[in-house]
Amino acid sequence: MAKKTFSFYPGCSSQSKASSSNYLTSTQSMCKLLDIELKEIPDWNCCGASIGYAEGGELPRITLSARNLALSEKNNPGMDVVATCAACWLSTREAKERLDHSTQMKADANEALKEAGLAYEGKQNARHMAEVLVEDFGFDELKKGVKNPLQGIKFAGYVGCQTNRPFGIAGESFENPMYLDRLVEAMGGEAVTYDQKVTCCGGALAFSEPEKSQKQIKDIIESAYDHGAEMIVTPCPLCQANVEIYQGEVNKRYGTKFNIPVTYYSQLITVAYGGSAKEAALDGQIIRATRLEEIAKK
Amino acid sequence: MSENYRNNFLREVEEKVEEGHWVKMCMQCGVCAGSCPFGPHWAHPPQEIFMMIRAGKREEVLSSDSMWMCTSCYQCIVRCPRKLPITHIMHGLANYAYRLGLSPKKQPTQQFASMFWNNLAQAGRVNELKLSLGMYFKDGFAQGIKNAMAMQSVGLGMVKAKRLNPMELFAPHGVKDKSGFHAMLKKAREIEDRRKNLA
Amino acid sequence: MADMKVAAYICQGCGLGDRLDTKALAGVAKKEGKAAIVKEHEFLCNADGVKMIRDDIANEGVTHVMVGACSRRAKTEAFGFTDVCVSRANLREGVIWSQPETDEAQETTQEMAEDYIRMGCAEVKKMTLPAGDPAAVTERTLLVVGGGVSGMTAALEASRAGYQVVLVEKSGALGGWAAKLHKRTPGKSPYADPQETPVAAMVAAIEGDANIKVYLNAVTSKISGAPGRFEAEISTESGATTTEKAGGIVQATGFNLYDANNLPELGYGKSANVVDQAGLEALAKAAGGGAIKRPSDGGEVKRVVFVQCAGQRDDSGKHLPYCSGSCCLTSVKQAMYFKDANPDIDTVVIYQDLRMPGQGEDFYRSGQTKGVTFTKGKVSGVEAAGNQCKVSFQDLILNDQAQIDDADLVVLATGQVPVSGVDIDSKLKAEIAAAAGDNSLMEAYNASQQEGAVKPVSILNLTYRQGPDMPQLKYGFTDSHFICFPYETRRTGIYAAGPVRRPMDMAQAVEDATGATMKAIQAIENAGIGRAAHPRSGDLSYPIFRKEGCTQCKRCTVECPFGAIDEDEQRFPQFNQARCRRCGTCMGACPVRVISFENYSVETVGSQLKAVDVPDEFSEKPRILVLACENDAYPALDMAAMNRNVYSAFVRVIPVRCLGSVNTIWINDALSNGYDGVMMMGCKHGDDYQCHFVKGSELANIRMSKIGDTLKNMSLEEERVSTFEVAITDIERVPQLINDYAALIQKIGMSPMKGF
Repeated sequence: MAKKTFSFYPGCSSQSKASSSNYLTSTQSMCKLLDIELKEIPDWNCCGASIGYAEGGELPRITLSARNLALSEKNNPGMDVVATCAACWLSTREAKERLDHSTQMKADANEALKEAGLAYEGKQNARHMAEVLVEDFGFDELKKGVKNPLQGIKFAGYVGCQTNRPFGIAGESFENPMYLDRLVEAMGGEAVTYDQKVTCCGGALAFSEPEKSQKQIKDIIESAYDHGAEMIVTPCPLCQANVEIYQGEVNKRYGTKFNIPVTYYSQLITVAYGGSAKEAALDGQIIRATRLEEIAKK
Repeated sequence: MSENYRNNFLREVEEKVEEGHWVKMCMQCGVCAGSCPFGPHWAHPPQEIFMMIRAGKREEVLSSDSMWMCTSCYQCIVRCPRKLPITHIMHGLANYAYRLGLSPKKQPTQQFASMFWNNLAQAGRVNELKLSLGMYFKDGFAQGIKNAMAMQSVGLGMVKAKRLNPMELFAPHGVKDKSGFHAMLKKAREIEDRRKNLA
Repeated sequence: MADMKVAAYICQGCGLGDRLDTKALAGVAKKEGKAAIVKEHEFLCNADGVKMIRDDIANEGVTHVMVGACSRRAKTEAFGFTDVCVSRANLREGVIWSQPETDEAQETTQEMAEDYIRMGCAEVKKMTLPAGDPAAVTERTLLVVGGGVSGMTAALEASRAGYQVVLVEKSGALGGWAAKLHKRTPGKSPYADPQETPVAAMVAAIEGDANIKVYLNAVTSKISGAPGRFEAEISTESGATTTEKAGGIVQATGFNLYDANNLPELGYGKSANVVDQAGLEALAKAAGGGAIKRPSDGGEVKRVVFVQCAGQRDDSGKHLPYCSGSCCLTSVKQAMYFKDANPDIDTVVIYQDLRMPGQGEDFYRSGQTKGVTFTKGKVSGVEAAGNQCKVSFQDLILNDQAQIDDADLVVLATGQVPVSGVDIDSKLKAEIAAAAGDNSLMEAYNASQQEGAVKPVSILNLTYRQGPDMPQLKYGFTDSHFICFPYETRRTGIYAAGPVRRPMDMAQAVEDATGATMKAIQAIENAGIGRAAHPRSGDLSYPIFRKEGCTQCKRCTVECPFGAIDEDEQRFPQFNQARCRRCGTCMGACPVRVISFENYSVETVGSQLKAVDVPDEFSEKPRILVLACENDAYPALDMAAMNRNVYSAFVRVIPVRCLGSVNTIWINDALSNGYDGVMMMGCKHGDDYQCHFVKGSELANIRMSKIGDTLKNMSLEEERVSTFEVAITDIERVPQLINDYAALIQKIGMSPMKGF
């Protein structure tokens, strides 16, 4: 396959030493293995995420994404924008739809962008990295590069919310999307069937409403365990963080003994494609994914 | 003249709230209420909020902490048979209530949301450490130390995995064109206030 | 007719040749069936096989054909010979597909097939080719009673199809309910706004249509005859009477609004500002597109409340128990009268459930877009307060006791009451209710019979023995086979259309009237060639009656579901072929068996059941006769066989036109011939009947409930005759019923009546 080049929007949590820096590292390794070039949008800003609404309001929030898109159009012309973070992708794509849908909104956003010397035209698509894998490569193609199949590992594919709703991957159902399971299978792993695949982890409310969110997290992990999973894999940094980081808190609150690693699909692909544990950023796990580490040693 | 079941508040919502023009289209099926992961914690699920707006219950709606329970999971949006952008309407209502100063005091999600925005608006990117500390210390220094101690193991784990950087306090991430960024946001706010008669 | 020559053909296709000894079957046809010609064919329904039969008919003088192949429901075109009598032995679905393909089953499978050959031969010999009714005539004119949108639609559709129309309207103008409307709910895309009513255009079209003759201020004071030859006496207000001939009739007499005077708790009659939907239309018409004024003082209307289900969907027994299915749309439309004129007028629709038929969902959305407020609630009261009204209701979403205390107008959606005429079964229904311990209907009936009581006025004034109007369904709606064939009625050639048949809106009424007209045209054409109407459409046979044996017992005239049989002066039955649907209920009812059809009679069935070879008491091979309704149970059995759902090899199935046609002599014959049990499979009966002939399965059930005495006299167990309700969808259930019954017979043992 020919080299693919994208305009890359890593987002705040994927910066170095930020909460999902392991996502960034493994994505970079994965892209190298898949011959994908990522050109970071210069001077990108925060998307506002879904929690920015209270103070931000509508137009300022949309303008944030408009600035990123305008910078991409200017500096990375002719490419699609690709994000790895669910919230980044969602905000960017949502903003793009509203801007392209309403001439008023577009004019207003451009009036604001002018202050930063920028203009939004609407030339580029906003895509998630999972879309690139599923649509531009496909499971059969991805399977071809597998060197160290993840044989015998049972994964709970945790798709969560914002990679799945309201846009999701084309052709997938909102209630039971299958692409993550198929990705796991393409890497030689086993995807378990469980009933919390698209349950909300509490999102940003993990901070502000810990009790309510930890109930969500508990349900997700419990179901994954009950259906035989030994590892969770997800495409979303907030899902990853909430489900991994709070396991200790959940255990305290509910008397459970959860200790399940939560990984990114990019780590799975990197390992299956023969990458090292370091390339897959397995050192970034708080709960170590030992079975992946074992395969990565081969 | 009583205000109940008149269009007045509905019109206000249509003018000033993000996606507010959709509120009248709700057909009261209740799928949103049944789909919400935090549903049991809402005093008034979206279905009721919509009916309350149509019934003219302005104070009750705007002072409710219901909208602040939204986790932005978008389940209601994809399931709504009438395709109402419910998540956005809830965000819009929360924002509007907050701007009017009617939202409940010390609502934790509201505090967090404000902090988040202010954090990003300052530097252009979010500073996760400052944000977490801000959240711990929102109820004062003493409570903050307590909160931080309680979450110590979480924080240490993050630092160990190189996913939380104590240096962020001193040399934070951020955009380079800060002046352009600030001017842009200021302008956007200005236009929005004009369009929605807010100011 | 030439001498009878029977030919039997046995197919070897579809696996019949592999599973059965067809040579032996041919022997049975020859020896026992006494067929003059017997042939086997490897693929009987192909061109070559059919040609073989055709050639024998042409060259060998064959008059009666027995086809031993698939079910009579299959290959109807190939074996649909119209110049000879045809019977079918169902060897495929009835035998090889419903029996297990095992060595152990081989013997009983072959026995089954041989019996069906015997039965087919016996049946065909008792058949004669229907000669048709030489007196068949028809009048290509449609009589339409009622000049509203339904009636006008019927008239225009019939005219467009080339038929003459006589349109009778009670009032002085065409248009009916629609003429009273300011605007109608939309009938065309985008279904967003009220539209002009079609009345003016339809009236103009009718006035310009030479095929349509209109009588205004007129009623049908007498209708006699039958499809193809109705004679209607039309009386006008002035006293003049004219007679018109018609081939078919459409009754489109519409509805009245439920009387809001029954709803004082909702303020009707207490405030001029509380109106029903007709009242609001009148106000809108009076305003002529301008602002609708408050009735009490002509003041400005700033707020309107619409109360849905006023006196409807009521479970207290005081008001209408049903939903009228159109009032929600009307309220949306009426709210738009206000919103379109002035968006600042507040309109609230208080509903319990919104029902938006057809494209109504788009219209509902449009109402929401225009700012009409919809709130789910139950109104408890409306009180007048000066020039305004206070509406109290329970908000069912917010669980609030809510009030709107400054409504300028309150509109009550009261629903439709059909204009059906006389309830011809009111006495019967009262008797049934009284037997069940409810005397209210009987009291009402007795009161209506008192001198000076206001008697319901008949609409059609039919001279039929069964009464002057069509039968009525629950809640007084005019007859319709509403579950399976909504346009069909129990009065052949007379079709109910529009809201008289069930509650509906204008768009549905137009569709309904068009359908009814098409049915009426079919009936007119069928009458002309003496053919049956639905469901035995095309059948040329009709009841033949042997007057000499008749005891004038009147059972046939009473039980005919279609009012086809009148009585002459001497109380002998008088058959009206064109009204008859050929169900055979009269044949089943006749205690002296003087009624038959050329192709279906006491003998055609009786000879079949007697032709079966009944093994002796010690054979351990019981025989169970299954009399299966040809419309539902028989196809269900066929489909069960297609799915290879096997059932007992001891049954012998005979299709009957309707369980109503089952004459008790068949049961007697079966039992005295040594059958061990009789299963009768008919359709669901009761209020939500599925019987094609409406009453047939019900009547059969009543008759069979009385067969206990016969069984007792024969010293037989009750279970040996059982009746089952079977639907066409019971593909899994029917084989199970058979197997359970076979097991039951096994348990109670073989009949002692064998070998007599």
